Amino acid sequence: MKRDFRKLLAGGLGAAVLLAGCSSASGSDNAGDGGSAETGDTVKIGLNFELTGEVSSYGTAERNGAQLAIDEFNAREDKPFTVEGVEIDSKGDPAESTTAAIKLIDEDQVAAIVGPATSAPSISTYQAATDKQTPVVSPSATQVDAMLNGDTPYEYAWRVCFEDSYQGAAMAIYAYDTLGDKKAAVINETSDYGQGLAKTFKEKFESLGGEVVAQEQYNAKDTDFASILTKIKGKDFDVLYIAGYYGEAGLIIKQARESGIDCNIVGADGFESEKLAELAGKENLNNVWYTTCYTTVNASDELKSFIDDYTAKYDQAPNMFSALAYDATNLVLDQLEATGKTGAELNEAIKKADFSGLTGSFVFDEKTHTPKKTVLVVNQKDGVQTEVDEVEVK
Amino acid sequence: MSQFLQQVINGLSLGSIYALIALGYTMVYGIIKLINFAHGDVYMVGAYTAFICTAWLGFGFFPALIASMVVCGLLGVLIERLAYKPLRKAPRITALITAIGVSYVLEYTMQYFMGSEVRTYPNVLPKTIYQLGPVSITTHQIYIFAITIVLMVALQFIISKTRMGRAMRAVSVDEQAAELMGINVDTTISFTFLLGSALAGAAGILVGIYYNTINPLMGLTPGLKAFVAAVFGGIGSIPGAVIGGLFIGIAETMVVAYGSSLYRDAIVYAILIVVLIVKPTGLLGKNQREKV
Repeated sequence: MKRDFRKLLAGGLGAAVLLAGCSSASGSDNAGDGGSAETGDTVKIGLNFELTGEVSSYGTAERNGAQLAIDEFNAREDKPFTVEGVEIDSKGDPAESTTAAIKLIDEDQVAAIVGPATSAPSISTYQAATDKQTPVVSPSATQVDAMLNGDTPYEYAWRVCFEDSYQGAAMAIYAYDTLGDKKAAVINETSDYGQGLAKTFKEKFESLGGEVVAQEQYNAKDTDFASILTKIKGKDFDVLYIAGYYGEAGLIIKQARESGIDCNIVGADGFESEKLAELAGKENLNNVWYTTCYTTVNASDELKSFIDDYTAKYDQAPNMFSALAYDATNLVLDQLEATGKTGAELNEAIKKADFSGLTGSFVFDEKTHTPKKTVLVVNQKDGVQTEVDEVEVK
Repeated sequence: MSQFLQQVINGLSLGSIYALIALGYTMVYGIIKLINFAHGDVYMVGAYTAFICTAWLGFGFFPALIASMVVCGLLGVLIERLAYKPLRKAPRITALITAIGVSYVLEYTMQYFMGSEVRTYPNVLPKTIYQLGPVSITTHQIYIFAITIVLMVALQFIISKTRMGRAMRAVSVDEQAAELMGINVDTTISFTFLLGSALAGAAGILVGIYYNTINPLMGLTPGLKAFVAAVFGGIGSIPGAVIGGLFIGIAETMVVAYGSSLYRDAIVYAILIVVLIVKPTGLLGKNQREKV
């Protein structure tokens, strides 16, 4: 509701700015130098995603989410301009992704870029985007400090997801305060993701007064966790934190429950997949919680209509990635509409945005260009998500 | 102490799988001196065959086991006929590189047809957990031990007591002399691939049921580890492969239990290096003089 009102207001304001901006901006067609988006114009948005390669499932889901946002914008009768999404495939490769971003800015003259999905290819576009004064919004570059160039953030780079480490801290608070667990065991993957989560979980849990009694690590694609679990089973703990993706986490949960570890099990958004229940077995998914920014439990009307539209258009259900890309695209479209400007003005508007989307409401932290969002904690009952709670990280 | 015993059980079930795969390596090496690097992928095909049989066609455990052994056995013969037989007179390195090629063909063909995502098995074998004093053992683990032992005994019987087994031993000693004695060398070699690959098929379904997850690249690491097991036990020796498999499984488990979980793969390759330096023929391997 709030957002709709702002849009109305922004529409009026934007029109005024447009009139004022016409004369000064029309002489220059450099996108970076405060170009404008005029009524009846076509404004291009770059969609730089991993459409092929190993992580193409993320990239494709995000491309779909972003395209849906653009289509919805174009379907509006009161749209101030038409938006065209320019797709390009970064193949999940940082070098390809830089080239793709430069092509989008120089040749296609896009107003902003959304994507890519994964961290390394996203980071590799930030310098070029900043040099060429074109904002880039990454839906899911969750790596710690991804937005920073040394100590300061890249001026034109933004993300709409929270950082990996943020979730670790959120879960530590939830486990300690809400679940009342005082002793924890941690199993993490040896990736940046797993180690980042484990580190912040441990720090936060200990700073709250809890104790981490055991920590074990595994490599991605391991299947046998019996030895790790037998080892930690001898220790006394109330909660097991698994910092990894569903492929291994599902097997760890299954093998843990079968070896008689019946304590609370908690994790992060790597658990987010329907495969988790298949791998772990539905009967083993009880007293399991994980942090995420997207859930279909208690869906709002906005989310329900997103799910319906997405499913109707692509013949498959959306996931967290499609929702994040939808939000990232809407963030850009809202500010484009509000300012009627590209380049520095658009970037300034993104910086000050007070955005409310499917994955939560947020403003940006100006030091990290990362949103300050509430973290959702989802509960599993017999393999089905049943309840959702919110955690605020201070 | 109870933790130690439990870790031994964990190690034995892991080791049994390695042993089943190692048997195939060792038999093929014994007869044509080829390290069949595609063997780990035959095991992967076995896991997928059993997946299709149980999840899509609704087979029970034993019919699926037999189906996957048959499919893998035939696949082994096919690979031998198409890829290795034309190269039998070529330098050994040519066949070795071909084996790596075959391995890629299997992996990516499977990925093309079945997709690269992990798949989970239906619950075909009910699982009960037995408490034996301080340690627990599951029906799945019992099946793994029992099937490994039964198959190993059957294999030993075929090799030592049957006509075909005698032919296999003769070909492995001297191919040309065996041919002169009226042994059909081609059939014998194909039969060896049939047996070895069928065992890999059995390992495939057991792993699918035990871990409940399969993917097209699952054969890579267990394949390499089983190869190390075969070298450790003495490549070419049947009991050696089983002992090697169990040893590698237990070593891996113990490193995790009393060291760090990050060294579990490293220990296996460290064993390979030590064996190759100290006793290249392996535990039960025969010291053969190079024939001139």
